[in-house]
Amino acid sequence: MGAVLELSGVTKSFNGASALRSTDLQFQRGLTTALIGPSGCVKSTLLRLILRLIEPDGGSIKFDGTEITRQNAPEIRRRVGYVIQEGGLFPHLTARANVLLMSRHLGQPGEQAETRLAELCALSQFPTEALDRYPAELSGGQRQRVSLMRGLMLSPELLLLDEPLGALDPLVRSALQEDLKKIFLRLQQSVVLVTHDMAEAAYLADEIVLMNEGRIVQKGTVAELRDQPTNEFVREFLNAQRSVHF
Amino acid sequence: MKAFFLLILVAVSAFGAEPIVVGSKKFTESYVLGEIAKMVLEQAGFTVQTRPGMGGTIILWQALSSGRIDLYPEYTGTISEEILKRPASENDMRKALEKFGVGMSDDLGFNNTYALVMRRETASKLGVSTISDLRDHPGLKAGLTHEFLDRQDGWRPLARRYRLTMPNVLGIDHALGYGALAHGEIDLKDAYSTDAKIAENNLVILRDDMHFFPEYKAVYLYRLTLDRRAIAALNEIKIDEAKMTALNAAAEKTKNYAYAASLFFHAPNDHAVERDLPRKLVRWISRHLELTGISLLLSIAIGLPLGIAASRGGAVGQAILAIVGMIQTIPSLALLALLVPVPFLGISATTAIVALFLYGLLPIVRNTASGLQNIPPALRDSAIALGLEPSARLRKIYLPLASRTILAGIKTSAVINIGTATLAALIGAGGLGEPILSGLNLNDNATILEGAIPAALLALLVQGLFDLLDRVLIPRGLRL
Ligand SMILES: Nc1ncnc2c1ncn2[C@@H]1O[C@H](COP(=O)(O)OP(=O)(O)O)[C@@H](O)[C@H]1O
Ligand SMILES: [Mg+2]
Repeated sequence: MGAVLELSGVTKSFNGASALRSTDLQFQRGLTTALIGPSGCVKSTLLRLILRLIEPDGGSIKFDGTEITRQNAPEIRRRVGYVIQEGGLFPHLTARANVLLMSRHLGQPGEQAETRLAELCALSQFPTEALDRYPAELSGGQRQRVSLMRGLMLSPELLLLDEPLGALDPLVRSALQEDLKKIFLRLQQSVVLVTHDMAEAAYLADEIVLMNEGRIVQKGTVAELRDQPTNEFVREFLNAQRSVHF
Repeated sequence: MKAFFLLILVAVSAFGAEPIVVGSKKFTESYVLGEIAKMVLEQAGFTVQTRPGMGGTIILWQALSSGRIDLYPEYTGTISEEILKRPASENDMRKALEKFGVGMSDDLGFNNTYALVMRRETASKLGVSTISDLRDHPGLKAGLTHEFLDRQDGWRPLARRYRLTMPNVLGIDHALGYGALAHGEIDLKDAYSTDAKIAENNLVILRDDMHFFPEYKAVYLYRLTLDRRAIAALNEIKIDEAKMTALNAAAEKTKNYAYAASLFFHAPNDHAVERDLPRKLVRWISRHLELTGISLLLSIAIGLPLGIAASRGGAVGQAILAIVGMIQTIPSLALLALLVPVPFLGISATTAIVALFLYGLLPIVRNTASGLQNIPPALRDSAIALGLEPSARLRKIYLPLASRTILAGIKTSAVINIGTATLAALIGAGGLGEPILSGLNLNDNATILEGAIPAALLALLVQGLFDLLDRVLIPRGLRL
């Protein structure tokens, strides 16, 4: 097992104001870890730091034992999948072209890519006949499925999801939650899931990292957070989520 | 950058290698004399190209002395007053011109001196028959050509010599001035003594009783490198005052200089005029497309990279947008005038193309920059997070996403260029500006429309073509 991703002493400030306090954090291989906390607590920023979309001010981030630097970031990004709330699909490319973009760019054999694409469609419950549609011709749920397929296309060692279901209506959302759980289990995928929904975190994640105001408040299973809250904030945050059934 | 300028030079030099190039000034007689020289030289077996209506004395002299044209019609008075800037006998003139590598033909046989003209009716009512008589009528309104206002042998020295004090003097185009004089908006104007309009509009020439104006005998100025047989052929040309006045009248009546010039050789032939128009249209339009096409390609080739650089912002981006924006604020005529003295440019299609290229930059640079800047940050992040390297991001993601805005910029640039290219005729680069310019010169709307209508249609056509191109070049996913 071991850690697929290891943050030590990572800090980040915006315009002189500290956003992320010195953070140490490990993400275990094959598990789903949920980053949860109120809006603005730097969850998305943390993912962006991992992908080097922004540079940290200090500390180190190790991926699979190697420290991520500006130099090796491009290569490491190809080993990490990234799905954001609105999907981030390129509107000028069809669903198929979006999913196959990197595979084609890297010159993978077309046949192998098509096989992988068929697998992913089955896995993500995406109708193959919709592959030639453009993002604007797909429903919100379908777009997120395509985005997930794109993230999984190169069989990444780590999948980063930033509120992937945040913009969907409840029925679509719950269907996708079930599918995601199956997919993660089937692929033994290492996942970091950002969400602000405790129910979603409880359903999908093996481990929960609760954050507030740029720092980690508590890390553990749902049961641990519920039974041994380290402070008042943890208790309040859990209680605020009315519809949670543990 | 250098490579592109070489490219234009190569593209343009394809026109001007071998033939004898005949220039002319921007007034009827000069056009006609240019055409006559062309026909005479062609009969002598030479290939000839004309650059009609290039401008005034300075522009023609520069073009000749720098070798961009081989000959043009000039007047002895202008040579001494404007070019050599001192009074000189014909022999002195020849010697002085030789130092510039320029020769002067025998005089053609008529004296086209400057003159001041008035409506016959006004002149007889006021009892004005000489320039001295004007002294008693300071209330008359004078409308003078800009060249006459500025010349060494023009208005100011003349007024000083004759001690004229006329407060109402304004500058006006030569052809338009005749209209103004006929309608009574002005009472006095400068003219050439062989102008057809003098008889046509019932005007009188005021006698130069103090012999102010020098002689203006018509000659051809040519490069001394010109073939001896060509020089001999030019020396054969003989035209008297009456003939020249008739040719000028024919030119103004038919609006066709080549036709008027042909009357020098033989009797009128009205069919020649009609048959000519389609051929001329093809020549004008193809030259026009050439000017706009080459300059547009250059604008795209250089504007796209500049736009990409500008989209990154920072000091460099700001500077690019500021400079390109500033170029656009220079009036197109002024830009042409600024480019003419630049080495290797001068009076040529190259200059026109460079000017059009500079004009075409702004819409392309600005739209490329703003199209790229308006890409949603989430899509930029996605492209980076996928692991595409910067060049692939640009090619596969950013440029296609910005394609609609970029194409709109290119379309704007193309349409603007088609309009602006009509000014290319001012520096002898041809195109649809040629009939517009002659028409302005002749004060003839029909001739203006021969250029203006095709230019407008061309702009519409290009607009339509770009609308079609949108469907091909803008990815379908962006048009949903
Ligand atoms: N590039 C940036 N420049 C300045 N401030 C930023 C930037 N990115 C994020 N922030 C700020 O950092 C804070 C955390 O943002 P984010 O990580 O998106 O929070 P979360 O995803 O937890 O809602 C917010 O207040 C946001 O305004
Ligand atoms: Mg967020």
